[in-house]
Amino acid sequence: MSEQKNFISIWFFIGVEVLIYGLMIMSSGIYEYIYPPKETTVYLAELHAPIWWGALLIVLGTTYVIVFRPKKSA
Amino acid sequence: MLVTHSLGLLLLASVPQKLLSLHPVDVAVIAVYFIAVLGIGFYLRRFSKSGVDFFLAGREMTAWIAGLSFLAANLGSLELMGWAGAAYQYGILATHWYWIGAIPAMLFLAIVMMPFYYISKTHSVPGFLQLRYGESARCLSAVSFAFMTVLMSGINMFAMALVMRVVLGWDLNFSIWVSSITVAIYVALGGLRSAIFNEVLQFVMIWLGALLIPILGLWEAGGWNGLVHKIGERMHGDYTHLWGPLSSFSGNPMGTHWTGIVFGLGFCVSFGYWTTDFLVVQRVLAAKDLRSARLAPIIGAAFKMAVPFIVILPGLLGLALLPDNLKLMPQDVAAATGGHSYNEVLPLMLARYCGPGLLGLGITALMAGFMSGMAGEVCAFSTVWTYDIYKAFINKDASDEHYVKMGRWCIILGVLISIGTAYLVMSFKSIMDYVQALFSFFIAPLFGTVVLGMLWKRATPKGGFWGLLAGTVSSIAMFVWVKIDPSALRYVALYSGAKDMAQNVYRALWCWLVCVIVTIVVSLMTKPKPESELVGLVYGCTELPSEGHLKLYQRPIFWAGVVAVVFLVLQVIFW
Repeated sequence: MSEQKNFISIWFFIGVEVLIYGLMIMSSGIYEYIYPPKETTVYLAELHAPIWWGALLIVLGTTYVIVFRPKKSA
Repeated sequence: MLVTHSLGLLLLASVPQKLLSLHPVDVAVIAVYFIAVLGIGFYLRRFSKSGVDFFLAGREMTAWIAGLSFLAANLGSLELMGWAGAAYQYGILATHWYWIGAIPAMLFLAIVMMPFYYISKTHSVPGFLQLRYGESARCLSAVSFAFMTVLMSGINMFAMALVMRVVLGWDLNFSIWVSSITVAIYVALGGLRSAIFNEVLQFVMIWLGALLIPILGLWEAGGWNGLVHKIGERMHGDYTHLWGPLSSFSGNPMGTHWTGIVFGLGFCVSFGYWTTDFLVVQRVLAAKDLRSARLAPIIGAAFKMAVPFIVILPGLLGLALLPDNLKLMPQDVAAATGGHSYNEVLPLMLARYCGPGLLGLGITALMAGFMSGMAGEVCAFSTVWTYDIYKAFINKDASDEHYVKMGRWCIILGVLISIGTAYLVMSFKSIMDYVQALFSFFIAPLFGTVVLGMLWKRATPKGGFWGLLAGTVSSIAMFVWVKIDPSALRYVALYSGAKDMAQNVYRALWCWLVCVIVTIVVSLMTKPKPESELVGLVYGCTELPSEGHLKLYQRPIFWAGVVAVVFLVLQVIFW
């Protein structure tokens, strides 16, 4: 697909977006960890899902960005 | 296919209090998503100049891209919310719509039907009917498909806006205009390629946004066994087995029997939708070669088997874990009492586990589902209108550039008609049930017509046309019969207590049979096409490319076998 017309791979776009999401969500989770809200309606908040889910997204996004980054054509 | 069930319930909604409140980081997550989809559309505009580029994505898609897009076009937000609600209501029986109601048909499309679609070089399913049966069958199919697709798009749009109002308290007009203009821009710019690329992105977002619910839910419930135990404590009846409760009509909350699930759903409805609905088939036609086109539905099937994890499981978790004072109920009861409906189980579970950031991701998943579904609909509408109606009957000899321009305008027009339909539905909510039903009328008979055309060379143009017409008319007649006389359910669905879903699957079975019988009888009475005109269209007249030179693991049939085995194992595990 991408070889014939030199498209940037869709997986690269996905990697960038997932990476951005990972950074946003993990930052939000760390902020909540440092400044926990006085009251929360979220169940299992003690598991701090935004931190590890955000970290997972960062790893996933970074991997896709690196593997599918646009390469200079010969 | 599923939307048929969920929309009817959603549209009865009143204006309850919003379920969720967004934080600034959630709004930022949603904004990033909109920027991304528009950015992809603008980027791909330069690659969509010719008709093949615009309407068939240049026929350059890999099996993975085409396969994920094939699935994403079906995975709308109403699918997600509607089936999570159905799982809360009916238990694990709802999984049948993801497994037997999809997997065999997707594999059949890949192995049996795809070669004919692909080798014939058709650009659409009505286009295949024209090659096989002639203009009358194509005209009937194209007009009904274009009309119903654009109406469905409007109905989906309205239902999505309603979801956003229920979940987030957003204004209906805001949701309708912002989301539909976004879809119109990125599809009109990049055509099918832009729709497909965005569908793959949306597919990933749906998974990332929804996956935490079952993970955290199973953690809280104590795993699958804990979940089953908790449901058993709360509910009477069997909510956690797939086939056991289907031995009698009254033994399950759906009021159906295994024959309806196997033959009506698993055969007619499912095969009709997954093998002939151009909304999904168009994605596979964009594959770069025949092998990719055959692998794409197999990849789609593998992921389809996993979708119950993010859709059905949250419904079951809601059944087990939501507090007793948060009992969900039918939409009309919820509207009257101010309670929560079955359809709200997914947002409720999202709110249960997701704080700032994750909530935005979950809402993005719902929006991504809606937009992928709508993009698929307007794209399919544009192709069928341009090639099967405009080019076939109005302007036969225009340039390729002219048809691309027509396609772009059709997308804008399709979105505008959809918006008009959304407002129409807002004023006359009852029409929605009828439009939904109308759409389903064409699916099962169309499968009968297409499959006979592909597998039986004796099928004639007159047979194809009259079979399709008779199947469609008989389906409408059965629907009207039950509306006028509800006791007719005992004939149409074989059980007077059958619910809507059970009625739909049996109606599909009967109208498929009518279509097949009429096609066969009329064909035997009329003159067939010479075999020379059937090359590339019919089994027995077409030389299929050999895959003998490929290694075993490169062959589509091998992966279809793997998916089939996993499918069977899942049936046994959850029997």
